[in-house]
Amino acid sequence: MTFQISPDTLRHQAEVAQGAGYTQLAENLRRAAELTAVPNETLLKMYELLRPGRSTQAELLAMADALERDYRAIETAAFVREAAAVYAKRNLFKRE
Amino acid sequence: MTRLTRSLRFQQLAERDINKETFVEEWPDAGLIVADGPNDPQPSLSLSPPTPTLSHAKRTVVEMDGKPREQFDMIDTFIADHCLDLRVAGEAMGAPSLQLARMLADINVPAHEVRRLVLGCTPAKLCDIVRHMSVLEMMMGLAKMRVRRTPANQAHVTNKRENPALLAADAAEAALRGFAEAETTVGIARMAPLNALAILVGTQTGRAGVLTQCAIEESMGLRVAMKGLTSYAETLSVYGTERSFVDGDDTPWSKGFLASAYASRGIKIRFTSGTGSEALMGSSEGKSMLYLEARCLCVTRGAGSQGVQNGSISCIALPESLPGGVRAVLAENLIASMLGLEVASGNDALASHSAIRKSAKLMLQFIPGTDFIFSGYSAVPRRDNMFGGGNFDAEDFDDYNVLQRDMQVDGGLRPVTEDEVLAIRRKGAQTIQAAYAGMGFPAIRDDEVEAAVIAHGSDDMPARDMVADLAAADGFLAGDKTIVDVIHALRERGFAQTAGALDEMLRQRALGDYLQPAAIFLPNLHANGSEDESLRVLSAITDPNDYTGPGTGYRVSSQRWREMQRLPQQHSPRDFIADRTGQPLTNLHEVGEARQGRFNEVIVAVGPAFGASLVKTINGLDHDAVLQAIFTGVAKEGMTARLIKVYRTSDCAQLGFTASSYSGSGIGVGLQSRGTAVIHRRGMPRLHNLELFSFSPSMTLELYEALGRNAARYARGEVVKPVSVIVDNWARLRLIVKTALLHRHETDAIRDKPAQELFFDWEPDV
Repeated sequence: MTFQISPDTLRHQAEVAQGAGYTQLAENLRRAAELTAVPNETLLKMYELLRPGRSTQAELLAMADALERDYRAIETAAFVREAAAVYAKRNLFKRE
Repeated sequence: MTRLTRSLRFQQLAERDINKETFVEEWPDAGLIVADGPNDPQPSLSLSPPTPTLSHAKRTVVEMDGKPREQFDMIDTFIADHCLDLRVAGEAMGAPSLQLARMLADINVPAHEVRRLVLGCTPAKLCDIVRHMSVLEMMMGLAKMRVRRTPANQAHVTNKRENPALLAADAAEAALRGFAEAETTVGIARMAPLNALAILVGTQTGRAGVLTQCAIEESMGLRVAMKGLTSYAETLSVYGTERSFVDGDDTPWSKGFLASAYASRGIKIRFTSGTGSEALMGSSEGKSMLYLEARCLCVTRGAGSQGVQNGSISCIALPESLPGGVRAVLAENLIASMLGLEVASGNDALASHSAIRKSAKLMLQFIPGTDFIFSGYSAVPRRDNMFGGGNFDAEDFDDYNVLQRDMQVDGGLRPVTEDEVLAIRRKGAQTIQAAYAGMGFPAIRDDEVEAAVIAHGSDDMPARDMVADLAAADGFLAGDKTIVDVIHALRERGFAQTAGALDEMLRQRALGDYLQPAAIFLPNLHANGSEDESLRVLSAITDPNDYTGPGTGYRVSSQRWREMQRLPQQHSPRDFIADRTGQPLTNLHEVGEARQGRFNEVIVAVGPAFGASLVKTINGLDHDAVLQAIFTGVAKEGMTARLIKVYRTSDCAQLGFTASSYSGSGIGVGLQSRGTAVIHRRGMPRLHNLELFSFSPSMTLELYEALGRNAARYARGEVVKPVSVIVDNWARLRLIVKTALLHRHETDAIRDKPAQELFFDWEPDV
């Protein structure tokens, strides 16, 4: 028995949440739909890279590109790029 | 200053539990102020100018709460870009805060109307709204804004020896007691997969559909969840200043990504925040705790978390050391619910030495009801609680059930019997034993199962090889095996019911309905009253809170009310006084209407049930013996007593009054069947008396004899020293039901018939 939720189910849940006024939960569920394609270990590594002081700007932007290219995770990639811009401004990248 | 004298009362007060607490004055620069700090910003919001080509969605925040965008830290940026609903921001920020506060407290304004505007409010504006509200108004607001209509509760299940049989048994009991969620954690971090497994198996054995989690480091938490060992995660902590957020090893974006990562595996999450954490981490930026918490909550909403655990959580002692701390904690619960977040409302960590203070604080969440009244009620003894205590624990279960019954408030728990608990604990422990055997983990021995069935805490458990368990935990985490293998193992060993419940949890994970706000599972009840293995989701979607005053919102159903009433300690009042009745006395004979006395004597007037339908006092003294004692006392003073029975009253004063009116000396004793007595003198007002023996539960035969002696001395016209009676103020409390029932018996025996002379067939031995 598999217990993996499907991207379509998550998109459906996002629509339900959006319809009830939970806009940001819907966005989260849409990002989640994208991330179903990412294997466990890769997902854990990506999370690690987003934590403060873990990555360089180039590494984080490369991760965003990989999300978009390898997993068609468009919204998540945009979310990560947005983080990269803020990390640059707030000095949250790995000190080299 | 050395005092010359010390007040004995102040000495007593100093010993009280409340004076073990720390109380400090506010110090805003150190963040030691709960709300409305002098350094908190005033609410403000400016958007980029509208242009014909830009929709609302494309406008951006250029200034928020007094800070221009160039100066935004990462939290400001995240809130401005992810939380604020710019379509309503102008209207919301322009509305007077007082008006929004009044909307919150007004039962005629439904939640969605308030929430529409709240979503356009900045953190400073949110604080400015609740600033106007008393705790009562906040409770009204919380009852309305709570996301799920049905309130629920969460358990903490841990033990300091991390014994799997005990974890499973306690988890099964917690499920039986009604908790909708159970959370465990670890003493040693590597134990996480096994502890998570133990409470998962335990809860599903106790009641299918209890959500479970294991509080551990973020990545580890996700790993454990990916294996199917948890169904939700809660400790995704967020903070109100950039420095403390980074010290917590995350950013709003990493937390947002983590939230999506969990959801991508079908796992429910809620964030954690709470007043005081920033001050405790030394990075409050001089802001009040509530303002920083409002920022946390905006981040939480912005990141798409369906809910939050807040209410100061493990920092609770800090706001409680300050003026208004408990009110501020309620305010943060309220703000979270205003933002449409599921709230697991604290009351978890040890907050007070004082039972009065901790219970009073609880009422602020208990009475309005929250999605989870506790974000961890310690379902184990305090010493086994690995979350730092447990403000309410397993030893408070009965108190909690009584509070529900007293107030007709659904606090999410139910009374259970000892037999039910023993049975479910055995099942829980045996099921995890089977799971361990099937997975090749270090065996759980039969003596561990037996100990776990009856244990109160881990001190009651035999020793276990923790090193072997840790090795198994490491192997389980690193290997490919998941909950699916556990389910197979259980099914092979005949534990089909728990296996079925675990299967259903996985099916629900694929359906994702419980990713919606404030979701919990209930058994799927069919019209014919039967249940099957499938679960029903209660959430903001399927069970939205529709409170708009009396008759709306969540109401305790008649079935639930019966369940809440059924305390195992409760018994039928009908057989309460069975041991006070019996065969009527054979040495008491009515010999006609009572005569007016002419000699120096004492009259004893007994109530209508005396020696007849009642034969013992409330203190268990035989009526026969009580009469003998009084008559002996009178005789020892060289006097005689006469006995009459009064039929027209059951009232003690009236019995004494009647006795004195028949007495040749004017001295009469009134004696009720329950044992209350009075000495009365003719001519005194009816409710006045010479001596009153009102503490019938404390009356002894010696005291009844002393009563008899004094009555005789009054009759002789002597100066009398009143009998010292025993004052026991608890007796009334303890015996009030019996008192009422005995008096009802006496009153039932009232007849419209004159007082009768009683012949008491007994001679005093004087």
